[in-house]
Amino acid sequence: MTALATVLLWATATHPTLVDAGTFSVSAALVIAGAIGVIVARNPVHSALMLIMTLFGVAVLFLLLQDPFLAVVQVIVYAGAIVVMFLFVIMFLGVDREENLGAEKLRGQRPTSVILAAASLAGLLILGFVGHWTLGAPHVAGPDTGAPNVNLLGQSLFTTYLFPFEATAALLIIAVVGAVALARRPGGEQKVVDAAPGPLAPELDPASRFVVTPPAPGGNEDAEPSGPGNQNGGDGS
Amino acid sequence: MTVGADWYLGLAAVVFALGLLGVLVRRQTLVMIMCVELMLNAANLTFATFARSLTDIGGQVLVFFVLVVASAEAVVGLGIAITIFRHKADVNADSLDRMKG
Repeated sequence: MTALATVLLWATATHPTLVDAGTFSVSAALVIAGAIGVIVARNPVHSALMLIMTLFGVAVLFLLLQDPFLAVVQVIVYAGAIVVMFLFVIMFLGVDREENLGAEKLRGQRPTSVILAAASLAGLLILGFVGHWTLGAPHVAGPDTGAPNVNLLGQSLFTTYLFPFEATAALLIIAVVGAVALARRPGGEQKVVDAAPGPLAPELDPASRFVVTPPAPGGNEDAEPSGPGNQNGGDGS
Repeated sequence: MTVGADWYLGLAAVVFALGLLGVLVRRQTLVMIMCVELMLNAANLTFATFARSLTDIGGQVLVFFVLVVASAEAVVGLGIAITIFRHKADVNADSLDRMKG
């Protein structure tokens, strides 16, 4: 990534227009193709991979906008953490099968959504290029003086934006606690066992993996009938 | 000359509209969350563009915050998806019609 940044910066210094335009058009094409791919892919795994393509394109655009720190964070946090978490949940739930895109439960949903999305795109473009808006006071956080990006970001993050920074820390902790509370199995005493009769069970219904059985009458945890591969209680979610 | 800010803003608008379309069209909860991530990325691109064109570091700081909020949103959304799956054996939005009168 640093090498890419160096090459980009050098190229921008020597051949500005062509390299900039080329990089922008290639990464914009990647971004749009990935976004379309997320929508039209039938398999959620393919959607996640297309999302990675979009995120990489946006990271290159961040480099082009001279935000190398944000580009790196984009790749590490988004592509490296969030999308991997998506993939993990997809595999964990076993929903990586094809979705029937043709079925439409709500009649007229597709045309309405296309119209709504087109209207919002038109509104955004009109707002951006035709409307005369006033921008608020710039330089609230101090001007971007050309010092190294990370220094500037850190300085303004820990001085001007200290309270929002702490608030996001609290938000992250709340989100983690909330996710644990949501995803843990209800009823601490109960034990989840695999509903399969044995290791030879063919093609389980995905829901049957989560059948909750009451605790054993004796209260002894090891009294459950446990064939090989039968016990499922230990895995976290 | 670098690429003008107009192009970045136009691209961000297109990506935002695509994400909105995905949220409205797709019925799989996980893919809907991914499309929300697309919309957040479009907003991030706008912030970074304005940070450059106004030479103000505040836009980049805001991108940082949006990243944090996006990850928190993804975590909670996936937790909800797991909970739904445990009850319905399906994460399709069409099957979540328990409140239908």
